[in-house]
Amino acid sequence: MADFVARGEMPEILFWVGCAGAFDDRYKNVTRAFVQILEHVGTKYAVLGLEESCTGDPAKRAGNEFLFQMQALTNIQVLDGYGIKKIVTACPHCFNTIKNEYPALGGNYEVIHHSTFLQQLINDGKVRIAGGGAFKGKRITFHDSCYLGRANGIYEAPRDVLAALDADLVEMKRSRANGLCCGAGGAQMWKEPEPGRKDINIERTEEALALEPAIIASACPFCMTMLSDGVKNKDREQDVKVFDIAELIASAEGLNA
Amino acid sequence: MISNIIFLLVALAGIGLFVWQLRKIRHNIKLGRDKNIAGDTSERLNKLLLVAFGQQKMFKRPWPAVLHGVVYIGFLVINIEVLEILIDGIFGTHRALSFMGPVYSALMAVNEILAFLVIIACVIFLARRNITKVPRLTRGPEMRAWSRLDANIILVVEIVLMLALFAFNIADLKIFAQRGEELAGSFPISGLFVNIFGSEVATLETIRTTGWWIHILGILAFLNYLPSSKHFHIIMAFPNVYYSRLEPKGQFTTNESITHEIKAMLDPSYQVPALPEGTEPQKFGTKDVEDLSWKQLMDAYTCTECGRCTDVCPANITGKLLSPRKIIMDTRDRMEEKGEHPAIFQPNHYQEMGEERVKTTEGKTLLRGYVTPEELWACTTCNACVEACPVNIDQLSSIMDMRRYLVLEESAAPNALNIMFTNIENNGAPWAFSPSDRLNWADNLFLADKAVS
Repeated sequence: MADFVARGEMPEILFWVGCAGAFDDRYKNVTRAFVQILEHVGTKYAVLGLEESCTGDPAKRAGNEFLFQMQALTNIQVLDGYGIKKIVTACPHCFNTIKNEYPALGGNYEVIHHSTFLQQLINDGKVRIAGGGAFKGKRITFHDSCYLGRANGIYEAPRDVLAALDADLVEMKRSRANGLCCGAGGAQMWKEPEPGRKDINIERTEEALALEPAIIASACPFCMTMLSDGVKNKDREQDVKVFDIAELIASAEGLNA
Repeated sequence: MISNIIFLLVALAGIGLFVWQLRKIRHNIKLGRDKNIAGDTSERLNKLLLVAFGQQKMFKRPWPAVLHGVVYIGFLVINIEVLEILIDGIFGTHRALSFMGPVYSALMAVNEILAFLVIIACVIFLARRNITKVPRLTRGPEMRAWSRLDANIILVVEIVLMLALFAFNIADLKIFAQRGEELAGSFPISGLFVNIFGSEVATLETIRTTGWWIHILGILAFLNYLPSSKHFHIIMAFPNVYYSRLEPKGQFTTNESITHEIKAMLDPSYQVPALPEGTEPQKFGTKDVEDLSWKQLMDAYTCTECGRCTDVCPANITGKLLSPRKIIMDTRDRMEEKGEHPAIFQPNHYQEMGEERVKTTEGKTLLRGYVTPEELWACTTCNACVEACPVNIDQLSSIMDMRRYLVLEESAAPNALNIMFTNIENNGAPWAFSPSDRLNWADNLFLADKAVS
């Protein structure tokens, strides 16, 4: 972002990478895939790079409102310093926090989740996957992220994106507004679960595997971790893959890094 | 004449007692913090029509929705007949509304069919609770003896009320038939049973009077039972849905006093606005019922213990202790223990009930005395409970407010979360990565040329 400013330019969008997108080895691949799509369609984008910091979502969900607001107010200073208006992110938690909770603290931006952004690219014809690409006819099931779905009512965008692959989309019984959480939300990602019969990600993975999909698609870094762990736990890594929708699109467009 | 006066006195006493109980509940709800309910009135009215009157969210489960719909419509329509009973009782008339002619006939016919369907629905409901034992209606530490009894009382009373109505109609029909007169109205169900009470006029008149009195006294008694029962939802569902939150479900509340503190830290010249005269600074989070907002307390009075929230809770499904329904029921129990309580009061103390899994303390506060940290930390904030609630209760907001108290006032977060907090403070990320590695994902990417610019 600083480079843009040095050149006296403004990007069309700020790509908010998020901590998982920046640090999680698996999700870095999603970040790269999304950036490749941005390059491919020629969107002028920027990232904050080292100036980005946690949105404060995990702190807020864990009850640490103080730490959340520290993060939020600091981030708002940075974003406003650059005059950012439009933010795209591949993380539903960052999306929800910046979109819904930053305004009360003075940060007002147009915030778009990458599923909606990709949907627009497809609708505008900027991404056309000829004949569905490598995923044509493959059995794919989509897992709704709570913070995308119930929290913000975005159910169709990721499904529209997957529909462009011309794949065999199958729905789990618990989907859309009735979707079952992967188990990572509310800061569960960073702690051990409370005592119980089963882990939530196993329950959800079992539901997905019952459909015998080739691919479980997600649109959230935490869901991806939980479902990947679930698939591993069930010894199905060989035949069932967990991918983010951006990876599927990048791959279908032949943009593999 | 005497019976009219007695009726008037009984009716006034019944309604007066109910109003007295309502005032207690209003007092309890007002224990809660002020909360500005922002948002568009027309959007609220729309929700009221769809979710409360239209029972939109019930239809996530079609069969219970149909059965419940029958009882609900029965309740609305049969109330018109109650109006007639009140008029008859006070003025000594007989079927005062019969002047409406064909409209009256249609009304009575619909009433009878609905009353019959209500009985069938209630019998099925009793079977679901006591024979097939639907898990969400029977399981969980919060589904104590009282809750089960309460549900059964409601169903049995409803059946008795309907039977009394039929007894009145059947006897009335027979009496008129024997006199060779035609009774105003149309009675498709009673017509089928017109002969079951024989033809002794004295007996028939006793049955008619008894049926009439049981129906109206039953309704008055039931009215006064409501404030002590989960059945209170038939009233509270409407205001609770009207005041439901309109913001996206992912938007959690922001504590303003914290914002002022942080702004003052970041900028020493920042002036923290003075609190209005006579108000105390808000506590961080919720320890007891008065730390919740009045809407969260209203939620507790609206809950009908249907367990749809708990049934979809990922933590509960996988065997954790958390049950969103329990949080709401605990809130009500604690509120009635601390504030006023209606005529029949049944608090729920897990320790006294020998419930070992819920490790509450002796302390009489909502947090720890009723709701344990183990429950609160099991929540994934997924909003499935909020989505599932047919009367728009916001279970998650109460859970979050208690979490805030644990973290901000007691520093009692699980250790793993404290590590996460420290990571965010030091590295700007919830994991222990160096902030200088934040752009490493772009290594080996085609962006080499960009990096130079």
